[in-house]
Amino acid sequence: MHILLASMLKEFWLLIRDRMGLAIMFFMPVVLAVIITSVQNSAFNLVNNNKISMLVCNKDTGSVSKELITAITELQMFNIIKTNKNIGEEDISKTMKEHNAMVALVIPENFSSQLNQKARTLASKALTNFGIQSDSTLNEINVLPPDLIFHPVLQQSFCKSISGVLLSVMMVIENKLMIASLYQLVNEKPAPEGFEKEMMKGKINFNEHYALINGSRNIPNATQHNIPAWTIFAMFFTVISLGSNIVKEKLSGSFTRLRTFSPNYLIALAAKQLVYIGVVLLQVVIIFSIGVLIFPLINLPELNIPDNIFSLFLVTIICGWCAISYALCIGIFAQTQEQSNGFGAVSVVLLAAIGGIFVPSFAMPGFFSVIMKISPLYWCLESYYSLFLQSAKLSDISSDILILFLITMILQVIAFIGLKRKNLI
Amino acid sequence: MSTDLAISITNLNFHYPKQETSCLENIFLKILTGDRFGLFGPNGAGKTTLISIMTGLLKPQSGSVSLFGLDVTSDRKSKKLFGYVPQHFSFYEELTPVENLEFFGAWSGLNRNEIKKRTDELLTLLGLIEVKNKALKYLSGGMKRRLNIAIGVIHQPKILFLDEPTVGVDVHARSAIIEYLKQLNATGTTLIYTSHLLQEAEELCNHIALIDKGKILLHGDLNNLLTQHNHQGLEQLFLNITGKEYRD
Repeated sequence: MHILLASMLKEFWLLIRDRMGLAIMFFMPVVLAVIITSVQNSAFNLVNNNKISMLVCNKDTGSVSKELITAITELQMFNIIKTNKNIGEEDISKTMKEHNAMVALVIPENFSSQLNQKARTLASKALTNFGIQSDSTLNEINVLPPDLIFHPVLQQSFCKSISGVLLSVMMVIENKLMIASLYQLVNEKPAPEGFEKEMMKGKINFNEHYALINGSRNIPNATQHNIPAWTIFAMFFTVISLGSNIVKEKLSGSFTRLRTFSPNYLIALAAKQLVYIGVVLLQVVIIFSIGVLIFPLINLPELNIPDNIFSLFLVTIICGWCAISYALCIGIFAQTQEQSNGFGAVSVVLLAAIGGIFVPSFAMPGFFSVIMKISPLYWCLESYYSLFLQSAKLSDISSDILILFLITMILQVIAFIGLKRKNLI
Repeated sequence: MSTDLAISITNLNFHYPKQETSCLENIFLKILTGDRFGLFGPNGAGKTTLISIMTGLLKPQSGSVSLFGLDVTSDRKSKKLFGYVPQHFSFYEELTPVENLEFFGAWSGLNRNEIKKRTDELLTLLGLIEVKNKALKYLSGGMKRRLNIAIGVIHQPKILFLDEPTVGVDVHARSAIIEYLKQLNATGTTLIYTSHLLQEAEELCNHIALIDKGKILLHGDLNNLLTQHNHQGLEQLFLNITGKEYRD
């Protein structure tokens, strides 16, 4: 016990004198968490809270186009900029640029009359089919649709969601026109005021929920993703400090010297791992505290800590041990500090990328769904996600923890084999 | 001088993996308790390999090495009998002399009180007390050499292996180190010493062995060997036995 404590004390002194290592383990992840959360939060606000500038060029003079513009305005999603109706097709892009508009809507001439005509034709056809009216002299008409022009920077999925919103507005207007036409044909008089509205009332809508395992009140946001993600990244970046610590010991000969003493060198390795488990716990406390206490002060969403603290502690310990085991392997197999730092850092960034730290795993290409599972960071993130976003119980995450434990054991065995092969134990 | 055996090496053979030629061949050696034994040879002769086997760092393919009757390859207790001072500064340069001695003292099996007592003694004796709380990376080469020795002797071992303990230090530091080693020997510690500094070796050692190409060419009492071979000094004897061609 005395040897273990003395070894831990030695590791502690080495650790606190490695200022660069401390900065990489504590300062860098905090900065990354703050910056990335801020950026993602801004993007989130851009889509959800900010209005999208829409240039509207209405070449039509009828009531339907006015109703369409009113309906779009009422969506509260667009900032409508009306422009001269005589503007040419080629000038639309220039005008969009002048007004910083992301999208432009060009309503063609006679849009209202064409749409009214179409509604009457369809209503007449419907009544003929029902056998109520035999006269169907009205000809079908092709309505010239409005043009929707997108700024080239907009992503396809975003464009699709805008056109989807506008299509649903258009559909409501078409339905109203149909109802009015049907009423007119049946009753031979215009529909009373508010009739269409009455008919359109009570549309079925979706009840929106987030998938929660145990009725959590945690709302998914940039903080709930980034704080756990960058904490895991920080844990694995202990490879810089621990990896070079091991390489230094090997190169200086102190590793070999310890082998001339009677205690087993595995005690020294255990001491290293225990001290770095302490480092990992401190990283978690610091980064999570920033999420809870500092983020609200800088207008970022507050981190909601899961209710199940024991599970959180267990996941943190197993993730930390896995990260430390990885650093141990790198340190044992690297020949120089440059190799350990270079390979360690690059490999952690790669494992983080395929493990979903930078981009959520669901947004990755299909073939990544297999590759990502070889990254221990993926399993760490999955465990934290279940706790932070779904309030999972220990039983819900037991399979993730088991996989992490297996990865950790494999890394420990590889480290042991490396020590044996290099005649270090 | 005692006639008890400190080290006994019997029919030792060793070769590194993937190496066809033997590094050590049929080595027989007996070193008595209280000896100041020098092991000399050109570069690549097998000195460091032999010391590594005697300290349990390498396992021989055949033969045996015992320290006071304990087999070094199979009996961990044998490790408590010796101290090892490697050629390189094998300690933690970011730590202070006190922190290094506390750590290695614990690994040597000493308790906290013993470590404190021995740390104070050694730092005073080796002239490191003034810098005891200064990180080693800021200390001179001579100071680091002395600490390297202090770590090897903190647990007062019966045998001390020294692999070029004075390399790279100035005359004053070398003289102090040799003086200290003599004092240590006077208290009963057997010294096993290797070096390329043969004048220094002559001053320190009473028994020597010359090793080359994995074989012991001669060994015995230094003065007797010099007389037998009609040589004025160890350097001349060394060149005469091992030849004058380059070995590196």
